[in-house]
Amino acid sequence: MRPMNLLALLPVLGMLIGPFFLNRVEPYVLGMPFLLAWLVGCTLATALVMGVIYLTDPENRDANAK
Amino acid sequence: MNAALPIIALAVLVALGLGLLARKGRDMDLEQWSVGGRGFGTLLVFLLLAGEVYTTFTFLGASGWAYGKGGPTYYILCYLTLIYLISYWLLPPVWRYAKEHRLYSQPDFFRAKYDSPALGILVALVGIVALVPYMVLQLKGLGIIVSTASYGEVSPNVAIWIGAAAVTAYVMVSGVRGSAWNAVIKDVLILAVVVFLGLYLPYHFYGGIEPMFRAIEAEKPGFLALPATGQSATWFASTTLLTALGGWMYPHIFGSVYTARDPHVFRRNAVLLPLYQLMLLFVFFAGFAAVLQVPGLKGADADLALFKVSIEAFPPWFVGVIGATGVFTALVPGSMILISGATLIANNLYRPFRPEATDASTARLAKIVAPLLALVCVAFTLHGGETIVQLLLVSYAFVTQLFPALLTSLFARNPLTREGAAAGMVVGVGTVALITAGGYSLAGLFPFLPGALKDLNVGVVALGLNVAVALAVSLATRRAAGVPS
Repeated sequence: MRPMNLLALLPVLGMLIGPFFLNRVEPYVLGMPFLLAWLVGCTLATALVMGVIYLTDPENRDANAK
Repeated sequence: MNAALPIIALAVLVALGLGLLARKGRDMDLEQWSVGGRGFGTLLVFLLLAGEVYTTFTFLGASGWAYGKGGPTYYILCYLTLIYLISYWLLPPVWRYAKEHRLYSQPDFFRAKYDSPALGILVALVGIVALVPYMVLQLKGLGIIVSTASYGEVSPNVAIWIGAAAVTAYVMVSGVRGSAWNAVIKDVLILAVVVFLGLYLPYHFYGGIEPMFRAIEAEKPGFLALPATGQSATWFASTTLLTALGGWMYPHIFGSVYTARDPHVFRRNAVLLPLYQLMLLFVFFAGFAAVLQVPGLKGADADLALFKVSIEAFPPWFVGVIGATGVFTALVPGSMILISGATLIANNLYRPFRPEATDASTARLAKIVAPLLALVCVAFTLHGGETIVQLLLVSYAFVTQLFPALLTSLFARNPLTREGAAAGMVVGVGTVALITAGGYSLAGLFPFLPGALKDLNVGVVALGLNVAVALAVSLATRRAAGVPS
């Protein structure tokens, strides 16, 4: 396991632990209730983190060279 | 006749036509029929993986939950995102092993990894028991969609029969290629329709997204967050995690992994698919828009929220377009389920008892089993039952019990023996069945638990027992065999 893979834990923890502390409707963020906005943020973070993991993963080097 | 009906009829014809054309003169042997000759690239696998997960459940269930339950519905966004996060590490080794050993189905994987035909049969049985409610869910959804979108001109039962017949026809002819071709149309349609509905409805009825949420909050304070008990943060976290672990364990989803050309396909999709989940946000918006516009839908009727509010807002032809999209969201996963279910029965339940069976005879049998399986599902569908999400949760809980043994089989040294894996699955599935049949919750089973723990998803108990039994039996069988553990 590469240390970079641990990055993936961030959005997971955000989704699973976040709701215990951020379970609220206000303030609205981008028009959305706060909890929903937080979870949307975690989803975006997942794509970002997976992008970083993908780009730094030596397994993908041949695929990208193609 | 209104303008919606011809559009829905056209959708069924297009799905049937494309599905039949997808064969393109190929010889449909078992490898082509079940796993597309293991030749699909990033885009087709993306569509298959997204196509199976974006079912009528997304369309009706997610908007129905937003309408009926509010905040707890956000878990759907989270578990789907986590499913794809997990896929980055889970799917490449599964794919590689399946290709090396020329596997066709999920039970094949367990049979080969644990070198146990009996375990393959057990997994196939669990798979079939989980696939049938999943198919019933699609057919039920199809019936609801077509009858509502046709303004009651087509009864749900007629729609279910027509849908099941169309999907069976193209499955028998084209196998998984028919599903893939239809998935292309389905994803384009659903993306366009959902994003449009999710933006248009809030603006049409409330003047914007934030005004809509403020109006709901004023009317029902706290509805947009999680309740303090019941579907609380504890429920949210445990349910999200359980469903994310179970996500790849459906036989038809697991089987679609085999269709990929190379393992890079999955890693690329693990980056793209979380973004795609944001589409759900618009499904939520549409469901929330219905809260104050079409109040009073209770129980199973909550699943109608999206259509009821659309009928208020749009002319019949556009309701027809939404209905057509709904038809595709039922037929694409439905076709995958039929292929996978028929492969399970022919290849994993029948073949082990017929040593003389070949790939060719198994493929022929699978194509005969597909319509029979469709008939069974139609029969179950017409006998009614729970609302859509509840059905799905039961089958989810079943397949999740396969996860521990799958995960450990990927380790360099598997801590589980075949006896341990089998015992764990049996105990896990049995626990789910007991809990569901008895309607138990953790709070009911263990009244002495502290408040927050009471809301844990009761599936956690089944999975915990599963792992404990699997480890204990593995240890015992190793001892008995004299192997140091």
